[in-house]
Amino acid sequence: MDLTSEDWVAITLSLKVAGVAVLFSLPPGIAIAWLLARRSFPGKTLLNGLVHLPLILPPVVTGYLLLVTFGRKGALGPFLESLGLVFSFRWTGAALAAGIMGFPLMVRAIRLSMEAVDRKLEAAATSLGAPPASVFLTVTLPLSLPGIVAGAILAFAKALGEFGATITFVSNIPGETQTIAALIYSYTQVPEGDAAALRLTVVSILLSLFALAASEWLARRVGDRAGAPHA
Amino acid sequence: MLEVRIRDRRGDFTLDVDFSAGSGLTALFGPSGSGKTSIIEIVAGLARPQEGFVRFGDTVWTDTSAGLHRPAHTRRIGYVFQEGRLFPHLTIAENLDYATRFLPEARRDHLENRARIAALLKITPLLARRPATLSGGEKQRVALGRALMARPRLLLMDEPLSALDQAIKAEILPDLERIRDVEGIPILYVSHSVAEIARLATRVITLDRGRIAGRAPAGLDVQPVIADGEALGTFLSATVTGTLADDGLTVAQSVAGTLYLRQVDVPPGTALRVHIPATEIILATGRSEGLSTLNRLSGRVAALTERETAIDVTVDCSGIPVLASVTRRSARALALEEGKAVDVLFKALAIAPESLYREA
Repeated sequence: MDLTSEDWVAITLSLKVAGVAVLFSLPPGIAIAWLLARRSFPGKTLLNGLVHLPLILPPVVTGYLLLVTFGRKGALGPFLESLGLVFSFRWTGAALAAGIMGFPLMVRAIRLSMEAVDRKLEAAATSLGAPPASVFLTVTLPLSLPGIVAGAILAFAKALGEFGATITFVSNIPGETQTIAALIYSYTQVPEGDAAALRLTVVSILLSLFALAASEWLARRVGDRAGAPHA
Repeated sequence: MLEVRIRDRRGDFTLDVDFSAGSGLTALFGPSGSGKTSIIEIVAGLARPQEGFVRFGDTVWTDTSAGLHRPAHTRRIGYVFQEGRLFPHLTIAENLDYATRFLPEARRDHLENRARIAALLKITPLLARRPATLSGGEKQRVALGRALMARPRLLLMDEPLSALDQAIKAEILPDLERIRDVEGIPILYVSHSVAEIARLATRVITLDRGRIAGRAPAGLDVQPVIADGEALGTFLSATVTGTLADDGLTVAQSVAGTLYLRQVDVPPGTALRVHIPATEIILATGRSEGLSTLNRLSGRVAALTERETAIDVTVDCSGIPVLASVTRRSARALALEEGKAVDVLFKALAIAPESLYREA
């Protein structure tokens, strides 16, 4: 199976986009998961709905909303550009789209594992003199690590495969925004492109399987460390 | 000195208590659902009362009338929970050290402190292990040690032994006595076990459906009446005066009178605490002859309380209230009424060996 240099560019770009997407969505993902799992506040249902929106909306709609918000002429685009942050038709935009599409999956996994952390342990930490931030860092966070790892890998896999929102928002520019999924799409649009599309499809399947295996392995390892029984 | 006043209404349940507790071990005693745990959580700051005032020493911890609530993590308490609540992701040593992270002044000598506490509780061999591999008794010892490592000014214990079986309880009770006597930290101890209370308590506050069920007379250290339904009875403090080896008896003197108890191997002068179940007491109004009961305390009826099937008679024996349960029929036959002179009779063997305790 010979991959062309064009294929390799798309593969490394995909990995970069997905990696950056997960890295930057992890902190807000953990924060929002904690808010949803541990706090009650007005607008909680709204926040929960908002987080899940990318899961329900057609990806094209999400991509279009990103375009009108973060595009050059979008609502926030010029302001962000003045800060040196440009999303439109850049790989950073692809990462933003991928991050937002993977966000609901990430938050959901983290939230579930945080909800499973025994609040009585948090109360015990408080009684031992731990201020709220320390309770979170030394008890809640380590005990929900399996869910955080699972959520991150799930979001990574989702980001690798993201297509609709990305192509709507940042188009399909080789070397800049042409990820594996976008390149497969390009191959299917040209005659004689079937073999090339199939090649990348195999790569895509392998990457997904690898991410899944890594998630299982990591979750198990982290679970052992956390002293949790195997599922 | 701990001062607690709470009024809190949740649904049908109203907690309304007002007490203070000094050094030694103060037991909050009562059946489940009597509000013991709520009180201890409010003292810890883990729960907020609707109306309440908690002061420890010179520091006010909670004062709802002033809108004051000192956060739990600043109260310097040691809380031992019923289920241990060890951190599963940390080793035993890390569990013990947990509070030290938040106590800058404890860091310097925390290793010596940990070694001392681990030795006191016999958990040194467990330090490298994780909580999941420990037995129930070991976990509870570690939980005690972890609370002590916080260098608490006040120890709160919520039924720390109730999840353990008898043999392990017997092993840990001396540890609790050592903590009470050696560490010198005031302890608020929640329990519904007469045996634990009798053995450990310096004073007892009895709770019943959210209220304090009775008060100790002035000058008496121990709340004498324990109203638990199943274990209704009286605690008497007494000092051993001698042993009648031929009779298999130990003689002890209490304010209420001389007590004959089954023989225990303690020297004269030892302070004992004796629990006399209310149902084991016979009340007599005249001189009765030909009875095998050895103990006879004289007093006057101080109060009569009607229960479902029996009448609780509080007899004032030289200032010590002794509780006896009699049937309505007996109460009628003896024409019991307040002020009437009665004798309190009970067998030496009616006092279970496990309800004889050395005083703290």
